Amino acid sequence: MILIKELSKQFGATRVLDHLSLEAPSGQRIALVGSNGAGKTSLFRSLLGEYSYHGSISIDGLDPRRDRARLLRMIGFVPQIAPRLETPTGAFIRYVAEVSGASVEEIEGVAKSLGLDVAAVRNRAFVRLSGGMKQKLLIALALGRPTGLLILDEPTANLDPAARAVFYDLLAARGRHTAMIISSHRIDEIAPLVDRVVELDRGRIVLDDTVTDAGALGSSFLVEVETNRVEASFARAAGEWGLTQFEGHRWRGAIAGPDRLRFLGFVARHAGLLSGVELREADRESVNADTLSA
Amino acid sequence: MLLAPPNPTSVLFEPSPVSGFAATFRLEIAQALRARWFWAYAAVFFALVGLLLVFGLTESRVLGFTGLSRTLVAYIQLAMAILPIFVLVTTVRSLAGDREAGVYEYVLGLPVGLGAWYAGRFFARYVLAAAPVVGALASALAYGAVRAVAIPWAELGFDIGILLAMILAFVGLGFFIASVARSVDLAQTAAFLLWLVLILGLDLVLLGVLIRDRMPVEGVVAIALLNPLQVFRIGSMILFDPQLVLLGSTAYAVFDVFGRAGFLIWSLAYPLALGAGSAYAGFRAFRRGDLL
Repeated sequence: MILIKELSKQFGATRVLDHLSLEAPSGQRIALVGSNGAGKTSLFRSLLGEYSYHGSISIDGLDPRRDRARLLRMIGFVPQIAPRLETPTGAFIRYVAEVSGASVEEIEGVAKSLGLDVAAVRNRAFVRLSGGMKQKLLIALALGRPTGLLILDEPTANLDPAARAVFYDLLAARGRHTAMIISSHRIDEIAPLVDRVVELDRGRIVLDDTVTDAGALGSSFLVEVETNRVEASFARAAGEWGLTQFEGHRWRGAIAGPDRLRFLGFVARHAGLLSGVELREADRESVNADTLSA
Repeated sequence: MLLAPPNPTSVLFEPSPVSGFAATFRLEIAQALRARWFWAYAAVFFALVGLLLVFGLTESRVLGFTGLSRTLVAYIQLAMAILPIFVLVTTVRSLAGDREAGVYEYVLGLPVGLGAWYAGRFFARYVLAAAPVVGALASALAYGAVRAVAIPWAELGFDIGILLAMILAFVGLGFFIASVARSVDLAQTAAFLLWLVLILGLDLVLLGVLIRDRMPVEGVVAIALLNPLQVFRIGSMILFDPQLVLLGSTAYAVFDVFGRAGFLIWSLAYPLALGAGSAYAGFRAFRRGDLL
């Protein structure tokens, strides 16, 4: 359970968190939205004990400043910007596993499910990995650990559709054992992942609402798209979404439920090509069967 | 196929401060071994020893020093010129740079105790700074052994001791500066200014001016004895030149205050205390406010 009371943080004359209060029961998934400078990152850093602050924060009765190491053992964190670490990737994974009592194999397993083969980059400096690889590894380091709270700062910004789908499934697999706070500039990106939305503006909560969404974590959609001609750029993008071409101008596949707004955005960008679009929710078995038959 | 999520209550083992320290120590070493600064730093000291041997200083007689003693004296004097600024700048650049590169934000969000993390980095930096210096000296010894040159063991042991003490002093001062100054630019400027002040305090002319301007001799001596560079300089000469004739009047005052044995102890203990104290003060400053 997270209990924040009258949290304030100031840098010089600028107040980045302004008497912010928030209560979240265990297992709740919160979307934290707001424009640049709204206070999202400052709130995260306060929760992680990295900032001193006025007011109080309690997570399962622990104070982020006083009980730092004990509390951080329960928290998995994915930063918005990957650290520029010169450390070899393998050594970095070992370090995180060692200080958090986790298993290297578990972390590498999550990375593999996201499409990152750690063995191939083990000796490469973390900073030399591509943006997507870094993001996958940071997610694996957070989800491959035994945590009760995930703090995710723009976690899907650099992920391809396939990795995003796995990421959503990994979050869904955690069920209600793990609370999450996920930040984004755009509510449509993360609304399907959460059951509560909190919007910040200049360090204050300006919206606090619950979300009921059919396209929640773990759901999938079968999609079928028909185009009036073959266009190389569309074919490439459709391939990235995992769609398979059949019967000439038709494409078929499955997408993760939380990704459907993003998928509709992709379709909308090719509106001039389209002659038909179908999107329907399906259970996991039918998705697998459909994908295999395609 | 997706993995089942790790059970939040089932860690494989309970991480301790010691394991956090050891993991951070290893990570810092692994990172530095891939960095160019470390190999450049190591190359400088090995090149120094190589040049001293190539130019035949083991066979020359300069100011009464011969053999490996001569090489050792020259190496120590050159180390004093290079080591402090190199250690200060690389330490503050690395620490303050990590803060700006988002490394602190991520690593300090992991469940490693602040003390274990800070100490792990401190000792790793110390080992990284000391290893090439001692390694280069060891290679000179190996050369001396092969050429059957007499090895001045007592002087060598003591000089390695004061070298290690001086390195600790500057690593500690670097950690203090990096903890207090929050940006790379500010930290580098502060490190450079500190080095300049210490170099100025080393200048016997400056000390002479202070005496001429009627500053009490005790004050001048105190300035000299609180300057780790001056302490190192006198300490490095004291075994080779027991009367310190090469250092002039400041050295005579030193003998009045400490005596020879007392100064030998001071030249080891003071830099160690200065380094440890600076590092601890840096840790207090670091822990007190925002960590980023």
